[in-house]
Amino acid sequence: LCLSCRAFFWLVSLLLSSLIWFIAVKASDPHDEPLQKGLLIFGVMFSVLLQEAFRFLYYKLLRKAIEGLVALSEDGCSPISIQQMAYVAGVGFGLMSGAFSMINLLADALGPGTVGIYGDSQLYFLTSAFMTMVLIFLHTFWGILFFHGCENRRWWEIAAVVVMHLAVSASSFCNPVYVGSLVPSYVLMAVAATWAYLLSGGSAQNVRRFLLCKS
Amino acid sequence: GPCGANSVERKIYIPLNKTAPCVRLLNATHQVGCQSSISGDTGVIHVVEKEEDLRWVLLDGPHPPYMVLLDGSLFNRKVLLQLKGTSRVSGLAVAKAKPSPPQGFSPGLKCPNDGFGVYSEDYGPQYAHCNTTVWNPVGSGLSYEDFDFPIFLLEDANETEVIKQCYQDHNVPREGSGPEYPLCAMQLFSHMHAVTSTVTCMRRSSIQSTFSLNPEVVCDPLLDYNVWSTLQPINSSGKVDPKKEVILVATRIDSHSFFWNIAPGAESAVSSFVTHLAAAEALHKAPGVQSLPRNVMFTFFQGETFDYIGSSRMVYDMEKDKFPLRLSNIHSFIELNQVALRNNSVLWMHTDPVSRKNESIQTQVENLLETLSNSSAGANVTLQDVGYSQPLPPSSFQRFLRAKHIPGVVLSDHRASFHNRYYQSMYDTLENIHVEYPEGLSPEETLEYVTDTAKSLAEVATVVARALYQLAGGANDTSAIQADPKTVSRMLYGFLIKMNNSWFQSIIKPDIKVILGKCDVPQHYVAVSSPVNTTYLVQYVLANLTGTVVNLTKEECLNPEKPPHTEKDLYEYAWVQGSLDPNSTSRVPFCVRSTVRLSKALSPAFELRQWGSTEYSTWTESRWKDIRARIFLVASKELEMITLAVGIVILVFSLLATYFINAKADVLFSIPRDPGAVAY
Repeated sequence: LCLSCRAFFWLVSLLLSSLIWFIAVKASDPHDEPLQKGLLIFGVMFSVLLQEAFRFLYYKLLRKAIEGLVALSEDGCSPISIQQMAYVAGVGFGLMSGAFSMINLLADALGPGTVGIYGDSQLYFLTSAFMTMVLIFLHTFWGILFFHGCENRRWWEIAAVVVMHLAVSASSFCNPVYVGSLVPSYVLMAVAATWAYLLSGGSAQNVRRFLLCKS
Repeated sequence: GPCGANSVERKIYIPLNKTAPCVRLLNATHQVGCQSSISGDTGVIHVVEKEEDLRWVLLDGPHPPYMVLLDGSLFNRKVLLQLKGTSRVSGLAVAKAKPSPPQGFSPGLKCPNDGFGVYSEDYGPQYAHCNTTVWNPVGSGLSYEDFDFPIFLLEDANETEVIKQCYQDHNVPREGSGPEYPLCAMQLFSHMHAVTSTVTCMRRSSIQSTFSLNPEVVCDPLLDYNVWSTLQPINSSGKVDPKKEVILVATRIDSHSFFWNIAPGAESAVSSFVTHLAAAEALHKAPGVQSLPRNVMFTFFQGETFDYIGSSRMVYDMEKDKFPLRLSNIHSFIELNQVALRNNSVLWMHTDPVSRKNESIQTQVENLLETLSNSSAGANVTLQDVGYSQPLPPSSFQRFLRAKHIPGVVLSDHRASFHNRYYQSMYDTLENIHVEYPEGLSPEETLEYVTDTAKSLAEVATVVARALYQLAGGANDTSAIQADPKTVSRMLYGFLIKMNNSWFQSIIKPDIKVILGKCDVPQHYVAVSSPVNTTYLVQYVLANLTGTVVNLTKEECLNPEKPPHTEKDLYEYAWVQGSLDPNSTSRVPFCVRSTVRLSKALSPAFELRQWGSTEYSTWTESRWKDIRARIFLVASKELEMITLAVGIVILVFSLLATYFINAKADVLFSIPRDPGAVAY
């Protein structure tokens, strides 16, 4: 029920999707550029769908776990609510995807050189860092949205999460025109943040009270 | 990273694959060569194509330290010493000059192997230290300087173009002010483990080997094998009868240059040992040589470039009775030294003026000179005596003279200084000895084509073979003894252009055919792992040219102890793979019987553990782990600081936000009234 279980589930989904992509690449002609690009796009989309599928599996697992916890507890109440589960699930997912995105970049950033000799942008490391940050936040919010949708049988919430995930991944193909990928991702993050906040029991009134330091 | 070149690393770095480093060599008292820091040296690239460009590197450039990309024509002592004296240079990459510098280039010493020959304060002091003749006037001594930054040779012109393009795109100064970031930079890795001198590094290595379970040896002595063979077979495990006289013929088979394992040595080594091999073949074919009164020994010394490693070891073995021959067996000595650049077909005969003061030696030397002159009748070679005014040039004969006064002569194409303007440099290639092939020939045709150089070397070989026949006591007419220019041509092709050719493949053992696999130009550096390709090939070529094919099966050939061999110590047997059947992929192997043997060429200083010896060569080569080079862009310090600052700010902000949200969680989140959601 911890962060690492969630992270583990994300890893397994990544492993499966990369396996599919690897097989597809090896089975195809390496010199056919449009085909390779197409395969990459296919791989990314497939990976997104697989990640969401695993999120759903995790939700199912957690439901069973909660029932077990309730049976074990003394007063019939679960010690941890489903919203807390959702939040932790999302954070775990996000952290693992962030780690995977950034670790190898950081390892190469330690050397004396920076990206650019083949014409890439010099801001590669900065923009990768911002993209990773926005993805981690997005995964957290999507976790909350997704679980809420599963709990309350609101399928359109689940569909919205999948569509948003696909949109963000697709926008990364705009790189190195970083405006095309970072701006939409941050906009989507703001949308998802507001939605998740409202679902978790927040409201505009609460925000005003918080900002004006009232109790 | 641990996974090798992942895609981010490939975005950042361009590796330079065809480079040769300058490594550290040590002798008894000094270290020479180059050293880099343990994690490589990085610097902003600056291309220096004329002397004025050096100003930017040494004085004006705003982004030191610089990695200088030097044009080959500026690779001379003056520029190198300027770069050595400044701290604004972190490394050097040299682009090979095409064509070779016309004024000559030699990183060797003006007086090669000084102090290890025969001339010293006790013996011919007026000839010591090149007082009479400077043998290598073009020599700058660069190979014997100590540099504290790495120096690499860029062998591939395409890679040099890539670096120059990167420089043009990013590093060219604009309108007087400095260029802007990002700048193109290069990193060179060539960290050497040994320091100070052979004494220090061998001491450290021996302590490690004695006491450590996992010894870290820091340097290795330069060693290899000498190749020797006799005309009439001798018992290799016994000793030759003291009354039997032997004529020794010697050449060196190694060379050197400023960079590691770049040693084409066309004029300094290949020309002489190819001539020697051809003479050996011609002499073996002459009738009645097995019954001549004196024997002839053909010796090919390795490591002569480094203070006579091979010849000093052979003399030591002869003195200590570890060799079948003794010094008293040697009747006379003929050495071939740099014979390809003859002016007007003249071949000069150098002798030692000091030993000739002795009457008996003088008589024998005059006899030797006369025999040689007589042998040149009819051939397109004029032999001339240098006379008493000059000492011997640097040659293996000097080591034999140190031990015993033997009558001997050194044959070379130069009277005083070398005609070779690229002595021990990377430019001593086939162009230097004028080996030219017509356009459009296939490798097989090039192998068989007889060049003018081959014909000229074959003439010299003919003269030497005839002289040897007469010196060995042969009485018949020698006009039938002729060296074959075709063989000389094939050897020149194999040792100067491509070792992996069909002839070489057919004369080597089947299990070592992998050594011929490399496609690049053959190099003749003595190295520390032995035997090197050159030694192997000289051994097998000599066996092929002077040996006989015997009708034995593979098991009989490889097991000389068993019958039907009767004289196993007289001969060596080799199972060679034979030539390719036409229109087939299989070879017909056979057994070759010859008298070719290897003798260890490790300086006696290492046998005696006298690492500080001034009498024997003490050259060692440092060990290293990683040698590579790469180029990439470097970012400005400002961008790095901004990235770090942004990260820290976001971190602090997020910590603060988390704290406040957590503290005021009950304000931000009201518990929903929906009963069905939370608890059961």
